[in-house]
Amino acid sequence: MQTDLVVVGAGPAGLAAAIAAKKAGVERVLVIERDSEAGGILNQCIHSGFGLSYFNLELTGPEYATRFIEQAMDIGIEFLFDTMVLSVATNMVRALNANDGNIYVECKAVVLAMGCRERTRFAIAIPGTRPSGVMTAGLAQRYINIEGKIIGKRVIILGSGDIGLIMARRLTLEGAEVLACVEIMPYSSGLSRNISQCLDDFEIPLLLSHTVTEIHGKRRLVGVTISQVDENRRIIEGTDRYIECDTLLLSVGLIPENELSSDAGILLDDVTKGPIVNDYNETSQRGVFASGNVLQVHDLVDFVSLEAERTGRAAAKYILDFVSSTDANRRVCNADQSEQQPEIHTIAKENISYLLPQRIVLEDHGDVDIFFRVKQPIRKGIVVVYCGDKELLRLSKEYLAPGEMQLINLNKQDITDDISVEVEVLR
Amino acid sequence: MKKELVCTVCPLGCHLVWEDGILSGNNCARGYTFMIDELESPKRNISSTVKIISNNHRLLPVKTSAPIAKELVKKAVRLLMDVELSAPIRLGDVVVSDIFGTGVDFIATRTIF
Repeated sequence: MQTDLVVVGAGPAGLAAAIAAKKAGVERVLVIERDSEAGGILNQCIHSGFGLSYFNLELTGPEYATRFIEQAMDIGIEFLFDTMVLSVATNMVRALNANDGNIYVECKAVVLAMGCRERTRFAIAIPGTRPSGVMTAGLAQRYINIEGKIIGKRVIILGSGDIGLIMARRLTLEGAEVLACVEIMPYSSGLSRNISQCLDDFEIPLLLSHTVTEIHGKRRLVGVTISQVDENRRIIEGTDRYIECDTLLLSVGLIPENELSSDAGILLDDVTKGPIVNDYNETSQRGVFASGNVLQVHDLVDFVSLEAERTGRAAAKYILDFVSSTDANRRVCNADQSEQQPEIHTIAKENISYLLPQRIVLEDHGDVDIFFRVKQPIRKGIVVVYCGDKELLRLSKEYLAPGEMQLINLNKQDITDDISVEVEVLR
Repeated sequence: MKKELVCTVCPLGCHLVWEDGILSGNNCARGYTFMIDELESPKRNISSTVKIISNNHRLLPVKTSAPIAKELVKKAVRLLMDVELSAPIRLGDVVVSDIFGTGVDFIATRTIF
């Protein structure tokens, strides 16, 4: 099989990247998806709140996905469903499905858009037995919203990530009793709006600085022990209490799904757990790009779409340059030129957990979006951006939370040296 | 009177403070409308699912066409328990019309063939 661009994953990132690449002039775009339809996790996110910045409309997940799926179909993007990608290189993707067996796809570039998966009970090592009724919040969402199954009647949610909060509301409306949302940190990692409309509206208590310390039950979960923790997340003796419940949902974080990337030798970032990329979202492997939650876990799909479009256009530029330069020497020559450019790095300083992209290419003009997250909630802070030692930008912020990704836009003309970002906390 | 809440109109989640008729913390006019609604008659959007007979899907996702009074939310969701549809259904099709005389409908949020 031959194509120009292979996109791995038909979720929001894959769809937006594929559409943008096709629109930018790539003739053949093939999206490979392991599920039997496009849309990814949006299909099970039936709540609204998507598209407010991208479409200026409040849409549900399926509605948001539909807009991209229909567009992709209209402009002739090809899909391969029920197919698992096994390995990725710049010019060859190997995949497998039940009808065709092994599939070898020759291509000119690849966009990785595999998304992320949920951390499980074993990732956070909760002691106790192994009964049924303990599951991740996203799995519960799939059971309820796609498969039409009831998962339990008395529910505890561990972790206050957005999916956990959304499920607290959904379960309550479906007739289950959500007893509490238990969060080990002294603050929630979910969006403030979700705490308000999913917990507060239904008077579900949010127990901060608490965690589940034991799981009880033989066949089915019968209860959990929860305990309070101190500022170092150590369990405080004597604060444990037993809560009877039949279901424990875990909303304890997401991990970018990068097995394909690391097998391909692509360098990953220790903090984001996604590939290290330049501002084209090109990984350490030339011609392999990454976008969406495989690159960094986003809070809003709108940002995924915008990021993926940028990535799709960058992949298109790479492919079109590659095609137009019939003379292989010219390409090598171009590569030499770009290596003479100073390599700009981005550096996370005080109160910043990471910056993305990690590198900036100064081959062209235009602007660059830099995403970051703060390490802990900050009331009244100033975001300061430096270029080398020179201050580029100061932005005053009323409230910054780790759960809310921030974006700064810089003009490449202003960038002459490494970019560093910090937040000064005002007392 | 003082009331603090998080604006849920958009994902920005502005921290609104209402003190003696003066609003602060909002970044747009929708925040003002939201605070007034919260004080006088809070409304919510609902998303849920209904049974559907189709080859590939068991459930059709639905939502309210506009926000409805907060106290009607639980009752409205119960209306959906008795609904059973057959494919094809198109995005935007009305699934339950005029919920409790509010003029608000439950509508399909995806197409299922």
